[in-house]
Amino acid sequence: MTPDQPACGPFAHDRSTVNRLMLHVCLALLPASLFGLYLFGWPAINLWLLTCAAALLSEAVCLHLLGQPLRRLLDGSALLTGWLLALSLPPWAPWWVGVGGSVFAIGIGKQLYGGIGQNLFNPAMLARVALLIAFPLQMTSWALPHPLGAAGTPDFLDGLRITFAGAAPLDGMSGATALGNLKTQLTLQRSASDILASDFRLLPSLLGYSGGSLGETSTLLLLLGGLWLLALRIVHWEIPLAMLLAVLLPAALAQQIDPLRYPGALYHLSSGGLLLGALFIATDPVTSPVSRVGRLIFGGGCGLLVYLIRTWGNFPEAVAFAVLFMNALSPLIDRTCRPRAYGRNPRGKPLVAASWTRRAKEVDKV
Amino acid sequence: MLVATLALAAMGLILGAGLGLAARLFAVGDDNPLLKEIEQLLPGSQCGQCGYPGCGPAASALLEGRAAVTCCPPGGVALAEKLAELLGVALDAGQMSAPLLARIDAAQCTGCTRCYRACPTDAIVGANGQIHSVLANACTGCGKCLAACPEDCIGMAAQQPTLDHWRWAKPQAA
Amino acid sequence: MFNLARIRGGIHPAGHKDRSAALPIGTLALPPRLYLPLLQHAGAENLPLVKVGDRVLKGQLLASSPSELSAPLHAPSSGRIVEVGPIPAPHPSGLQVNGLVIECDGEERWIDLDVPADPFAVAPLILAERVAQAGIVGLGGAIFPAAVKLKQGTRHEIKTVLVNGSECEPYLSTDDRLMRERAEAIVDGARLIQHILRAYSIVIAIEDNKPEALAAMRAASEPFGAIEVVAVPARYPMGSAKQLIQEITGREVPAGGRSTAVGVLVHNVGTVYAIQQALRHGRPLISRVVTVAGSCVTSPRNLETLIGTPAQALFDACGGLAREPRQLMLGGPMMGVQLPSAGVPLIKGATGLLALAAHELPQREAAPCIRCARCVDACPMGLTPLQMAAHARVDDFDGASDYGLSDCILCGCCAYVCPSHIPLVQYFQYAMGQQDERRNAARKNDYIKQLSEARTARLAAEEAARKAAKAAKAQQRKPARPVGEASGAAPIPESIPEPVAERISESVQP
Repeated sequence: MTPDQPACGPFAHDRSTVNRLMLHVCLALLPASLFGLYLFGWPAINLWLLTCAAALLSEAVCLHLLGQPLRRLLDGSALLTGWLLALSLPPWAPWWVGVGGSVFAIGIGKQLYGGIGQNLFNPAMLARVALLIAFPLQMTSWALPHPLGAAGTPDFLDGLRITFAGAAPLDGMSGATALGNLKTQLTLQRSASDILASDFRLLPSLLGYSGGSLGETSTLLLLLGGLWLLALRIVHWEIPLAMLLAVLLPAALAQQIDPLRYPGALYHLSSGGLLLGALFIATDPVTSPVSRVGRLIFGGGCGLLVYLIRTWGNFPEAVAFAVLFMNALSPLIDRTCRPRAYGRNPRGKPLVAASWTRRAKEVDKV
Repeated sequence: MLVATLALAAMGLILGAGLGLAARLFAVGDDNPLLKEIEQLLPGSQCGQCGYPGCGPAASALLEGRAAVTCCPPGGVALAEKLAELLGVALDAGQMSAPLLARIDAAQCTGCTRCYRACPTDAIVGANGQIHSVLANACTGCGKCLAACPEDCIGMAAQQPTLDHWRWAKPQAA
Repeated sequence: MFNLARIRGGIHPAGHKDRSAALPIGTLALPPRLYLPLLQHAGAENLPLVKVGDRVLKGQLLASSPSELSAPLHAPSSGRIVEVGPIPAPHPSGLQVNGLVIECDGEERWIDLDVPADPFAVAPLILAERVAQAGIVGLGGAIFPAAVKLKQGTRHEIKTVLVNGSECEPYLSTDDRLMRERAEAIVDGARLIQHILRAYSIVIAIEDNKPEALAAMRAASEPFGAIEVVAVPARYPMGSAKQLIQEITGREVPAGGRSTAVGVLVHNVGTVYAIQQALRHGRPLISRVVTVAGSCVTSPRNLETLIGTPAQALFDACGGLAREPRQLMLGGPMMGVQLPSAGVPLIKGATGLLALAAHELPQREAAPCIRCARCVDACPMGLTPLQMAAHARVDDFDGASDYGLSDCILCGCCAYVCPSHIPLVQYFQYAMGQQDERRNAARKNDYIKQLSEARTARLAAEEAARKAAKAAKAQQRKPARPVGEASGAAPIPESIPEPVAERISESVQP
C-alpha cells in the first residue's frame, strides 16, 4: 500500500452536519422555551441560562481532560442536553440543581460512556432522575405561572434571590402540577372526573398556562416545534406517534371503563412532559433504535410505561423513567429488529428464486 | 447454630464431592485434543520459520504459550486469527510481517534442481538444466531453497504490489 | 418529499448534468499513443498475442484469455506495438498494470471486418459468441463481460430485456446523449438481445429528468411492438441493476442470485449500442462515449473516445482545464474512483472523467457516529450501515457481514447523508478487502498443506521403493556383482509431478 492513501468515495455530500441537526432541534425548542421563560419569569431565566452554561462548561472540561479537540464543543450536543435538562426542571429550582444536573448529565451520563454517540441513556433524563431521587423536595416544588410583567411576579432581584439564595417562594406562589394534584386527590377518595372538573382546565393546559416543568407546559408550542422537525426529517415520526398512541389509547379506553377512576386522553396529552418527551427526548437518536420497527417498539414501550407509571406507579410523572427504561432496551431492540435487506426474507435468508429453467434442451440443440 | 453448622458442612461435602467427580469425569488426558486441532491448522510444511523444528513442535509451543499466535508467516493473518480464537488470546495483527517469497535470478540459475528438491511444498518448477521458477501461490517463504542453491541466485522478497493485492486501508479513526 | 419510487431509500444528489448534456457527442483527435491495460473487464487477465514491433490494424485482436470469464482486447487504431509491459493504471492506488502501448500511425486502417448478414437469421448462441469476440463488457461501469451475461441468459427463461438508461450518477450524461443521438441503433441492439435471449419483451428505463432521451427512444421504438419506454423517478441509485429491476418489475433479486432468477436481464444503453455495432457491422469494442465534466473543465461535453486514450487528451479536447483541479476522477462522484494523474488511459469501463474543484468535494473530517439512522433510511439495500462500519472499525468482519456487508452494493448513499461525515464506504471497502485477504490466505494455507502432505507421501513412497529395490538386489547379489547402485539414490523426476501440473492449470484458470 502506498504511504499516502487515496481518498475513497463518494465525493458528494448533502452537506448536513451534526452541528446543524442539533441546532435545528434547539430552534424547534425555542417557542416552547421562550413561553416557559415568560411564564415563570426571572428565576426560570436564571435557571435556564445556568443549566445550559454549565452543560457547555462541563463538556469543555471533559473534552480537555480526555484530550479531545475542543472543536467538538461546537457540535451542539452539550447545549441541547443542557437545554432539555433545564426544560425538565421545576422553573424556580435553586441554581445548584441546574448546575449539578448539567455536570451529572455531561460528565456521567455522556462522557463517562465515551462521549457523543456512545451513551446508553439519555443524559438529560438520567440527570433529571438522579436529581429527583437525590433532592425530592426541590424537584417537586412547582411554581405557579407568574408571567413577566404581571402583578406579584418576582422582579429581577427577587429572581436572583430565589435562584441563588434559595429564598422560599411566598405562599400562594407555588402549587402542585395537574398530575401531582390528581395523584394526591385520588388518594383522598375523590373521583377523577370530580377532581378534573374542579381543578383542571383543558384550554389553559393546552396553551401551557399551568404549573409544571420549565418547558413542558405549552402543548401547542411543543407540537409546533416537533412538527417542524418532523417535516425536516430530523426526527423520525415513528417514536412520537407510537409513544403518544400508547398513552392516549389506553387512557381513552380506561376512561370508558371507569371515568371515576381514570382521566381521559386529552388530560394525559396536555399534562406533564408527555409531548416534550415524545417529540424531543425519546427521539434522541443516540439512545433510540435505528430501524423503523425498532423505533415503533421503542416509542410504544415508552408510551405504555408512561401510562402505567402515571396511573398505578408512585410518581405522578413518568416520562423520564419510561425513556430511561426503554433506552436500556434499545441495544436489544436494535439487535433483533433489523430492516429487511433487499433480496432477503425478514429472517435474513435469501429469497427463493423462481425457477426459470425451461428450454435447457432447446438451447442445447442450438 | 447447630443447624447452620450442619447445613454448611453438608453443603461443603456435596460440593466437594461434585468437584471431585467433575475432576475425574472431565479430566484432560495427556493427548490434548487442542494440540491436534492446532496441528491441523498449521500448514504442515515443516518450514521452520517459527523457530521450531517443525509444525508439531510449534503446535505444542503454541499450546504452552511459548510461541506467539503470529509466529507462522506462511499462515498469515488468517491463521493467526484462527489460532488466537482457538487459544483465547488477543491478537495484535500489526505484528504480522508481510510474507516473503523466494525469487530465482534467471540470469544465474543453472538448472541444478537442488532448490527444487529442497522445497517442502514443491513450489519450484523446472527441469534438469533448465531455469527454475517459483510459483508464488505455493511458496511459503521458508528459505530452504536459499541454503540449497549452489549459485546463490535465490533471494527473498516481498510480493510485488499489484492491483490484485491492493486493498483499501482502514480509515483514520474518528 | 415522499418516496414515489418503488425502491427503498436512495438520495437526490445535485445533478450537474446540464452543461455536458447540452452539447452533442464530440470527437477527439487521434492521440499519438494508446495505452491498453490487459485487464479491462471483470475476470481473468488477457494474454498478449502481439509483441513489440508488430504492426497492427484498427480492430485487430491484440490480447485474449482462454478463460470463459473474460473479454478480448482489440486495437483501437492502426499503428505499431511499442511496449508490452507495465503501464500506469487508471486506479486510485497509482500502481501499474500489464498492458500494451500502440504508437498510432494516423492511417486508421481497419482490419477486414467480417460484416455479418442479417443477424436475426443467425442462431442466438452464435450471436452471443460474436459479442464475446468483440470484447464487449458492461459499459455502465460494471465491466462484466456482456457475452457471459447473454450466454447465461440463454439458459434461463428471460421475460424482460431491461435496457438501463437511468444514469443516476451526478455529472454523467453519456447514456443521455447516446440515447438522444443514436436511438435507432440502441433499439436495434435491444431487439438483437431480445432475439438472442428469446425474451418476451423489452423495457427501456430512463430517468424522468431526461425528457429528450425519453422522446427520442419512444420515437425510435415506435415501429416495433413489445418495446416499452418507461420513465422512472430520478433518484440515486436507480441505475443499479437490482434497484432498477425492483422499480420496473416490483420483484427483488434474491441475495447472492442473478437477475435471471427473476426473469430479467439488464444491459446498459452503452453496452446495447456496442452489441448492435458488433452484430450489425462486425466492429469490436474499441471506443466509447465518455463524459468530461467538473467545474474545472472549460467546456464540459461528451466525447467519443478510443479505448486507451490518456485522460489529458480528453481535457485538451474540452478546451483544457480552466483551473487546477483538486481531484481527478474516473466515473461519477458517487461510485467513481480518484485518479492518480491525467496521464492514465481511459478504459472500457470509463463512464466519465471529472476534474473537480475543492468546492465540489466534501471536506469535513469525520466525527463520531450519533446513530441518527439517516444511513439506514438512505440504504437502498435495507442494510444497517452504521453497524457495519462500527464492526469493520474494530476488525470484526463477521459482525459486519452479519449486518449486511455481503449485500452492500457500495453505492455510497449512506456516506452521502452521514452528518458525521464518516467514510462509511471506505470502511466497507476495507472490510471486504480484508475478508478477501483472509480467504486467499486460508486457501493458500490449505493448498500448501496439501502440497506438503503430497510431498511427504511421495518421498515415503520413493523411500519404500528404493528399499524394495535394494532388498531385491541383495537377493540377486549372491550370484552376481551389484551394478550402479547409486542410480536410484537421487530421484530426478523426468516429468513434472502431479501437483505441479495441477498448479499450472490452476494458474491459467483462477
